[in-house]
Amino acid sequence: MGMTMTQKILARHAGLDYVEPGQLILVDVDMMLGNDITAPIAIKEFEKIGVDRVFDVNKIALVPDHFVPNKDIKSAEQAKMMRDFAKKMGIVNYFEVGQMGVEHALLPEKGLVVPGDVVIGADSHTCTYGALGAFSTGVGSTDLAAGMASGKAWFKVPEAIIFVLKNKPGKWVSGKDIILHIIGLIGVDGALYKSMEFTGDGISYLSMDDRFTIANMAIEAGGKNGIFPVDEKTIEYVKAHSTKPYEVFEADEDAVYSKVYEIDLSEVKPTVSFPHLPENTRTIDEVGDIRIDQVVIGSCTNGRMEDLRIAASILKGRKVHPDVRCIIIPATQEIWKQAMQEGLFDIFIDAGAVVSTPTCGPCLGGYMGILAKGERAVSTTNRNFVGRMGHTESEVYLASPAVAAASAVAGKIAGPDEI
Amino acid sequence: MKNEGKAIKYGHNIDTDVIIPARHLNTSDPEELAKHCMEDIDKDFAAKVRKNDVIVAGKNFGCGSSREHAPIAIKASGIGCVIAESFARIFYRNAINIGLPIIECPEAAMDIQDGDQIIVDFETGEITNVTRQKTYKGNAFPGFIQEIMAADGLINYVKKTLNQ
Repeated sequence: MGMTMTQKILARHAGLDYVEPGQLILVDVDMMLGNDITAPIAIKEFEKIGVDRVFDVNKIALVPDHFVPNKDIKSAEQAKMMRDFAKKMGIVNYFEVGQMGVEHALLPEKGLVVPGDVVIGADSHTCTYGALGAFSTGVGSTDLAAGMASGKAWFKVPEAIIFVLKNKPGKWVSGKDIILHIIGLIGVDGALYKSMEFTGDGISYLSMDDRFTIANMAIEAGGKNGIFPVDEKTIEYVKAHSTKPYEVFEADEDAVYSKVYEIDLSEVKPTVSFPHLPENTRTIDEVGDIRIDQVVIGSCTNGRMEDLRIAASILKGRKVHPDVRCIIIPATQEIWKQAMQEGLFDIFIDAGAVVSTPTCGPCLGGYMGILAKGERAVSTTNRNFVGRMGHTESEVYLASPAVAAASAVAGKIAGPDEI
Repeated sequence: MKNEGKAIKYGHNIDTDVIIPARHLNTSDPEELAKHCMEDIDKDFAAKVRKNDVIVAGKNFGCGSSREHAPIAIKASGIGCVIAESFARIFYRNAINIGLPIIECPEAAMDIQDGDQIIVDFETGEITNVTRQKTYKGNAFPGFIQEIMAADGLINYVKKTLNQ
């Protein structure tokens, strides 16, 4: 019986020729990640193990990004704990404010993840790197602690669902619309415990930024990981960012999938997730008249260069609606600098938007844009749970950068063709 | 090992943002986290929960963020077991790794009502509803996971294997 991409990568890292769904395996990990919220618990647990060094100083990335630059004294203490640990252990890939970015935008940009890798991260959106043809998945802090000591992680080999993406997406339809459409189709537990494997000719029309966005939200369908085949665009990206050796895995033709979905990308419309679950999707023509108070463009889902360019193309020569605060957060320093050099900040500021330093900030209700009771935001982030961006009676509507920018101008949820 | 307590019932897709909101993630102190557990969907939770009480929930319990603060907050609040129709996978791992007993059992999750007296036998996976005089068969952990539980969590398990 053939294996999926995920099975093949896991088998190689477990030192086995074949693995099957349901099998429990111990695998070697190529990169592991912690942030200023999850690493402090991992560090405390690591210290209980009683080893005085980490398994490999090059294979751990520690990124302060959630509440950094420090939002309050307690957050400062947590960031300091991680910084002190990184220094003590000689962690090579620690990224201080000034170098840091939102972790899942930062690691690929720094070339720390390449095709064929196994990556774990104490952050649920670690599944982002599946865009590069790597197996990557979110774990908890204790898993990270055990991994930092042993270099290994345990997994149950997942069953797979395959999504065959066909044809070219229409204008204004991005990776975000595609993944929101898929989550709307299968539900927030539609891929529970399973891998989401993407294939089909439609992938050739998707940029790497689109693929990162799609893989990023696999967790929002309950998926263990989301994974794309490696093509010329992947190789071009990897060569531009990394010198690490990589290995390309391909699914066998007789690989087994528990479900097959065919998605015609030419029929996908700009899509918005209504409160309070990502599966509550409506296409842009079905949203109705929803007045908004805030727009956030950023995060590990949509804070990359293309996202900012699309937002700028819509905001250029226009003004943010007087009742709306529009907050734009480039995901990394590199993206920030590039956006500045391309003149995007002039466009944003002239439109009346603000530009923040990289941070997860408002996505998880940390800071830099918390909502009051009764307020509504359109956000390019990944979750719209109760209280996610602030008050429990506030609302978050998830959308693409194009819809978010258009909504900022309209003062209500709107598509780019409506302004 | 058995746990007996009252059921506290919730619905589907209870996410980690409502189990412990991010505004409290600037600490990892279990007692501090327990004070705010479930407050965004059930502000009385911290006041009403008693030691060994059982959370009973629907599908996809613990979805969303990987924050280990979520099972830590639940455990520190005194909850002795979580029964659900299904669990989100990162929450499932985290609960095992920190030693919070959880059992997947759709039948029990659907049938048990808020306030029912519940006994859970972790070795057999059997769940008894004392109030309604019913039993349900939950999934016991597979062998490898039982080894982690027997070692009292992943950290002790790793400690043991690194010393071998």
